[in-house]
Amino acid sequence: MGFIWFWLVAIMIVMYVLLDGFDLGVGILHPFIAKTEAERNISIRSIGPVWDGNEVWLLASGGTLYFAFPLLYASAFSGFYLALMVVLWLLIIRGASIELRSQIHIAVWRTFFDGMFCFSSALLAIFFGAALANVIRGVPLNADGYFFLPFWTDWLPGADPGILDWYTVLGGVIAFVALTLHGALYLAVKTEGDLQERARRIAQQAWIALMLLTAVSLPASIAVRKDTLDNYRAFPIAFAVPLIVVLALVGIIVFSRKGSDRKAFASSCVYLAVMLIGAAVGLYPRLLPSSNDPSMDITIEKALSSPHTLHVGLVWWCIGMLLALLYFTVVYRMFRGKVSASSEGYGH
Amino acid sequence: MDALLLHRIHFGFTITFHYLFPQLTMGLALLMVAMKTVALKTGNQRYNEAARFWAKVFAINFLVGVVTGIPMEFQFGTNWSQFSRVTGGVIGQPLAMEGVFAFFLESAFLGLFLFGEKRLSPLGHWGSAVMVWLGSWISGFFIIVTNAWMQHPVAYRVLPDGTFELTSFWQFFMNPWAWLEYAHNMSGAVITGSLVVCAVGALYLLENKSVEHAKVFLRVGVIAGCISCIAQIFPTGDLQGRYMAKHQPAAVAGMEGLFKSQPGAPIVLMGQPNEEKQTIDNPLAANGVLSFLIYGNFAAEVQGLDRIPRENWPQPLPLLYYAYHIMAGLGTYFVLLMVVSAFLLWRGRLFTTRWVLWPLMLSFPLPYIANTAGWMTAEIGRQPWVVYGLMRTEQGYSKYVSAGNGLFTLLGFMGMYTVLSILFIVLVYRIIYNGPEIPAGGQAPQESALARA
Ligand code: HDD
Ligand code: HEM
Repeated sequence: MGFIWFWLVAIMIVMYVLLDGFDLGVGILHPFIAKTEAERNISIRSIGPVWDGNEVWLLASGGTLYFAFPLLYASAFSGFYLALMVVLWLLIIRGASIELRSQIHIAVWRTFFDGMFCFSSALLAIFFGAALANVIRGVPLNADGYFFLPFWTDWLPGADPGILDWYTVLGGVIAFVALTLHGALYLAVKTEGDLQERARRIAQQAWIALMLLTAVSLPASIAVRKDTLDNYRAFPIAFAVPLIVVLALVGIIVFSRKGSDRKAFASSCVYLAVMLIGAAVGLYPRLLPSSNDPSMDITIEKALSSPHTLHVGLVWWCIGMLLALLYFTVVYRMFRGKVSASSEGYGH
Repeated sequence: MDALLLHRIHFGFTITFHYLFPQLTMGLALLMVAMKTVALKTGNQRYNEAARFWAKVFAINFLVGVVTGIPMEFQFGTNWSQFSRVTGGVIGQPLAMEGVFAFFLESAFLGLFLFGEKRLSPLGHWGSAVMVWLGSWISGFFIIVTNAWMQHPVAYRVLPDGTFELTSFWQFFMNPWAWLEYAHNMSGAVITGSLVVCAVGALYLLENKSVEHAKVFLRVGVIAGCISCIAQIFPTGDLQGRYMAKHQPAAVAGMEGLFKSQPGAPIVLMGQPNEEKQTIDNPLAANGVLSFLIYGNFAAEVQGLDRIPRENWPQPLPLLYYAYHIMAGLGTYFVLLMVVSAFLLWRGRLFTTRWVLWPLMLSFPLPYIANTAGWMTAEIGRQPWVVYGLMRTEQGYSKYVSAGNGLFTLLGFMGMYTVLSILFIVLVYRIIYNGPEIPAGGQAPQESALARA
């Protein structure tokens, strides 16, 4: 049961990153990539009908985490209290600015919300990356399974770290670059003409940075946590993970150069998914490792809910996910194709 | 300020603000379905235009509901970690189900509803309105089931490590408290929706603007409002009160300001509770009525606070008492207003009777107050327990989140929500000011990006 729910939650988080990831990427690029008002409208409209649904994956993963691993939810959410609150504020700003910018036709109004949209998307990407890095690095857990992290202490990932140190900042930067790339590829799929050209160019530039950062990330993780590779050694098949990461990176650049934007975007999805899965493989069976004493790790076994809850949960989770996939297929089909410039039509 | 109090205020503030929006979402969703249904049945385009107008208000209201709802989902963990840890196996379930079954549904179909009108057939568009309505009401259901379990725990077992385990999925969802609470709360949401729709209709009539649409608003609003206002008191409010008297006597005693247990207990219509002297100052009371309301017998004995150990009294007591009286007082006023309006509507005189249009226009803030007061009654009445009878509130909060950090984020939310409120008011004002007349051949300027592709 623990094994199943660990991976179900992981899948939901992957879905969130793949889907809301491109919303964030578009947000980061929006003020820079779109030169005219018409292009800005297109860039917003490319995510307009879907961002809210994409964000629901975050809520649904949060809820599922809560019920499958209550101890983890309680400990992590209160321990990362400050960072989480900032994330919540950023989510509020992001959602509000997407929706409110087109409400009033005043240039200052729009410019302001475009700026807020970019600012909040960028910080969200960084915070999500840093959050993942925090989980990999571990936190100073107490005997009762709780902890509390300040924003920063001495920037070194030691036994008494802060939310931000060099390692987690690196995680934030990787996420920022990866999601920018993801968003650029998405825009290339959804747009035409100049905007599409610019999106491709940015994607190719971001790719170089991402390649370098990805290469740095593995040694950095090993430096911070000596046991990163234990699971890989135990299950050598897991070494497929870095292999696929490399293939996906190659795919991104090759397809983007050829102008096969859909395939490039798909490669980026594979990249993000496999990076996350790689992190999950490294963690398993831990959910939140301790930075000072391995016996304090929050493991699946410690945090798992009771069997009845989980059995019933499996039934409704499967039904619910089928329904959700159905809605998503309907919505993405309705709004498939290029976004057009005219404000009248809201389709292709 | 101590950390416990801070976390309570933190949660109370954010949830109270959040619930200002879903109550209109849920009420308006139903009214829009009603308008679309009439349009579909009779082909009367006024009803379609009315639905389109309210959809614009709905979109903005929904947005604020969404962005303020997200913090709620996480605050159980951030501010009430010990509570989450102990009860997660039980109430994590409905919260996760809410995301999976309600939010996906709602967010997917809202896009279709808001801007799919030209692409979908009339029946298809009506269907998307129904889905949005279902999504919001299902979401309300899961939240209420969660809350009802905290008020009246069922289908659980305590494990050796002190955490709770769910024993029966069905029993959990069949919690009688949940169904009573749901009926009462949803009816309250319909009141908010109706009174808001009525208020705009009355405004337009008094201004002599968009008269035909205004009449549609009033017709739909008054009929829905009349039914829901009556249902709010009887049977739903009445049943809740009786059920509470059985299971949460301390809360009822606090709500009614009944310090002494007595047969033929009076109902206090007005008066100020005096906790030190344990009396009601300046009481205006009707003897025996409380006994009658609870037990159907004027002489029955009702438990007062004197039977309850002091440390189990709900706190703050006066707030509980006033919240309850405000809710009940406003409920009585709504019934009066709506019955008179419905009568005039039936006689065909409502649209010209200015002395009724004025209160209809001005009353729209009151259901917000009543709904908030109702939740205060429920939540403060439950104190000092976070899970009634099982877990005290002081055992539930996040011990490692200091008061200073809590205050910091509370202030952050307050600032954020102030700005959101101002934006919300400005944007809704513009929609109402521009009116329901859609410019020829196009969408009105305030369109939502949510549904633009
Ligand atoms: C328009 C709003 C509104 C109005 C007019 C009323 N209520 Fe109410 N009431 C609510 C809106 C509400 C609510 C916000 O929906 C609550 C909060 C929790 C709940 O289930 O419903 C509530 C709670 C609530 C509770 C506490 C339930 C609990 O602890 O779970 C009681 C006993 C009543 N109500 C009884 C009444 C009575 C006797 C009313 C009539 C005079 C009345 N309410 C009018
Ligand atoms: C599922 C629905 C809800 C749940 C699970 C819930 C849960 C909680 C929890 C855990 C607390 C903190 C502990 C406490 O002080 O009791 C609380 C307090 C509070 N809640 Fe709720 N709540 C819900 C709905 C609401 C709604 C809709 C409102 C108001 C509109 C509300 C108003 C409050 C208030 C005002 C407090 C502070 C009470 C106090 O100061 O003692 N709650 N609730």
